[in-house]
Amino acid sequence: MAGYTSVTPEDLEHMLAVIGVGSIEELFDAIPEGVRLGRPIDLPPGEPEQAVYAELRRLAARNVSAEDEITFLGAGMYDHYVPSIVDMLMSRSEFLTPYTPYQPEVSQGGLQVMFEYQTAISELTGLPVSNASVYEGPSAVGAAAYMAKLANKRPRVLVSRGVHPHSRETLATLAVGYGTTMGEIGLDDSVTDLAALREALSDDVSAIVIQQPNFLGAVEDVAALTEAAHEVGALVICAADPLTLGVLEAPGNQGVDVCVGEGQSLGNRLDYGGPSFGFFAATEKHLRSMPGRIAGETTDADGRRGFVLTLQTREQHIRREKATSNICTSQALNALGGVVYLSWLGRQGIVDIGELMLQRTHYARETLAGLDGVSRLHDQPVVREFACRLDVGALDGVERVLERCAAAGVNAGYALGRSYEEHGDGLLVAITEQRSREDIDRLAAVLGAAVAAEQSVARSGAGVSS
Amino acid sequence: MSIEATTQAGSTPQQRERATTIFEKGAPGRRAFRAPALDVPPVEGLIPDALRRAQPPRLPEASEPEIVRHYVNLSKRNFDLDSGFYPLGSCTMKHNPRLHERVAALPGHARLHPLQSPRRAQGALELMFNLQEALAEIAGLPHVSLQPSAGSHGELAGVLLTRAYHADRGEERTKVLTPDSAHGTNPATVTMAGYEVVKVALDAAGGVDLGDLRAKTDESVACLMLTNPSTLGIFDQNIEEMASIVHDVGATLYYDGANLNAIMGYSRPGDMGFDIVHFNLHKTFTQPHGGGGPGAGPIAVSDRIEPFLPRPQVVRRPPWAPNGERASANGGEANGGPPVYDLDERDGPDSKSIGKLRGFQGNYGVFVRTYAYIRSLGAEGLKDVSEVAVLNANYVLARLRAEVGDRLPLAFGERCMHEFVLSGAPMKKELGIRTLDLAKRLLDHGMHPPTVYFPLVVDEALLVEPTETETRETLDAFVDAIVAIIAEAEDDPEIARNAPYGTPVRRLDEAGAAKRPRVRQAL
Repeated sequence: MAGYTSVTPEDLEHMLAVIGVGSIEELFDAIPEGVRLGRPIDLPPGEPEQAVYAELRRLAARNVSAEDEITFLGAGMYDHYVPSIVDMLMSRSEFLTPYTPYQPEVSQGGLQVMFEYQTAISELTGLPVSNASVYEGPSAVGAAAYMAKLANKRPRVLVSRGVHPHSRETLATLAVGYGTTMGEIGLDDSVTDLAALREALSDDVSAIVIQQPNFLGAVEDVAALTEAAHEVGALVICAADPLTLGVLEAPGNQGVDVCVGEGQSLGNRLDYGGPSFGFFAATEKHLRSMPGRIAGETTDADGRRGFVLTLQTREQHIRREKATSNICTSQALNALGGVVYLSWLGRQGIVDIGELMLQRTHYARETLAGLDGVSRLHDQPVVREFACRLDVGALDGVERVLERCAAAGVNAGYALGRSYEEHGDGLLVAITEQRSREDIDRLAAVLGAAVAAEQSVARSGAGVSS
Repeated sequence: MSIEATTQAGSTPQQRERATTIFEKGAPGRRAFRAPALDVPPVEGLIPDALRRAQPPRLPEASEPEIVRHYVNLSKRNFDLDSGFYPLGSCTMKHNPRLHERVAALPGHARLHPLQSPRRAQGALELMFNLQEALAEIAGLPHVSLQPSAGSHGELAGVLLTRAYHADRGEERTKVLTPDSAHGTNPATVTMAGYEVVKVALDAAGGVDLGDLRAKTDESVACLMLTNPSTLGIFDQNIEEMASIVHDVGATLYYDGANLNAIMGYSRPGDMGFDIVHFNLHKTFTQPHGGGGPGAGPIAVSDRIEPFLPRPQVVRRPPWAPNGERASANGGEANGGPPVYDLDERDGPDSKSIGKLRGFQGNYGVFVRTYAYIRSLGAEGLKDVSEVAVLNANYVLARLRAEVGDRLPLAFGERCMHEFVLSGAPMKKELGIRTLDLAKRLLDHGMHPPTVYFPLVVDEALLVEPTETETRETLDAFVDAIVAIIAEAEDDPEIARNAPYGTPVRRLDEAGAAKRPRVRQAL
């Protein structure tokens, strides 16, 4: 016997006798000959724990993580500090190993965490109701557009080009299924083009989708966009960066109907993209059509305060084909990390961390714009991320500059040309609270040198190696 | 090892205490976080007033020790797999090895940015590629996408792949078939993917009724979604016949992998004729359930579905040449260099990919744990998993049938695969206690109840899945507890009807919660 089973020869003999069969194989008699594998699975033999640890360590060592370089890479996930109490609480057996709280009497801990999480998300977004989380950011956008379709049956959504490319692509994939067509609203000076939006809006538009701050780092005038959409009765879905909401006005206070987003920056690891959590908050009237789990407060038989999964008649296990979503799992453990992080950050901390990012990002933006061959891509207000232009030709040149920076131990950011062909010379730079002035000065030195080197190679017309 | 079941209320001071949230704790001005010092010259007015937040969010104001104590005490109000038996049917609550948590936390995995250049994420891509290969072998289907975030997400991917496959052939189909015993996610997914759900009846043995399937299968059908073994814990022996009925009209056969734990090493969905399979890495491959996520739901598909797979896909290529360019296809390994792993964005002009299903590459942290599990167990170990899962389930079933079979009969058949469904209908009629009461009374025995009232086709259903990682002593204790509860109810059914007693709270008013929803703390 291998792994984590525990049947001794005596156990086996006893158990087979109780069952009334002669061997384990007999229990598989129901499987017809024609669909049997008939050979061992073709995988290497199992290894002892220390050998598996060594292999996973070898693989980890082949990655350059945020621990190994000074990173300014963001574009949807960010290298924020994860406090030690988050790791400690997320690794407790009592939170790590239960299932979805189907038996509330023995799941009060998890249910109350969901209730607290919902409260925190509701406060951050300025919207009265939140679910207990969904998979992650971009699919939350897709789920919100589906909810809008259920709400007003209209056939079209308009999506700002400032929305994260992964969100736009995910929405496009899912919309094929639920029969919604998509239109794109372009950007004007790096923010959503309000005039173009007005032009495109009509009473067949179910919802508009915007992002705050948008993918280019620019702060959108959410209130103005919302007002335009509401004039034709379209809903407004805003994907927001939760860690900027200490300094930026809450989307709910600006009139949006649904606020969703990627929760990774709230106490979750980068994990090469997941698992993290998506948050999903809305106005009161959408409570009964939201996707996912929702915890609610109630009392027990003795009148004591308690929590349960509520409004389950929305959900797949009750409503089946009439459910408001097929979502079964939330991201309970990651959402726990989120609410512990927000509690640790606290009422003053969410403002302090936003203010710090704001100031350092401004400093970085000014410093980089002072370099030869580097200029601002836009002058819009920014919080944690900004875009600049490198005078090194198109995407290829930017990627070679990034390689040069990487060789000097600095990850300078995201080459915008990978997602925006109109910004082939663009670079997106993220400044979390982990990046000090010293780090930013180091970025400036390395990036300045890399741009100069790239320009010099280009002028000499030689091939480039990296 | 059954804990003596109590009828006394809450046993610890923490349990008797009124629940207070973190928002009700702390005091104005109290804090845990201290921001790093501002080290750049401060500038006023960076955000115009109109865009600035007027009132900061009312987050908690608490010290770090308060926060720790609050959440540690909350954790003690949870039952968890590390503390006791958790035979929740269809959820595969098997042991979660702590090695997996250790390796997932290595900074090279945990602090790797998803947009890191593939050249500097070779370890992650190698792991993902190897996992794709391993899952393909286990499924018996050649191509794998790791992207879906959960089983339901994998289902949605599968139905969207079916749609793309038919659209590519110029076919428009409108219906998807699911048996009565299907997981609720199946029909919900079908609706989201824009198809009509058509239910297929079960036969007397609990399998799909072939006559009904034939009658409902025509060229308007896009797909049949199936679990095998089914949620009744029965392996459907007509699977080859079903596959040919479905394939004869050009529809696809979709495998809900929730019950894969029953058959590893014995049979593979691909061998049964399935075109698309989703895995639940949080079930079969022991990603901790986390109180309701995270999970991951990779899919495996046949050759004809492959062109439509979501993007990106992890691929292995010949190595990069010293000049930074990729070597030609025939250069690669023949030159002795190590292979290079990359992300194929599948976004060329000829791409038929359905596109992205979510951000980035998927739940990598889950992949690390799954990979560690497959490397620990190997081929033999995975077969052992299924053998012991089926052995344990049949042992519990045999004892229950012998000892309380008249009150809690098996719904279909004689034996089971990795799980089985009992009906509490006789118990309800003769003793006046429902399956729900039995479940609540089990809590007083220190065990998590099985799944109740699912599958819907069985009256007063109790779906039991012990898993392979439980000892015979634990299985015996579970049977003993069920037998004791039924014996107790023969004397006094009121005890079960009012259970539980020893839990942090007693039965909760769920109807009241739904009627007047309070879904956040009033501040």
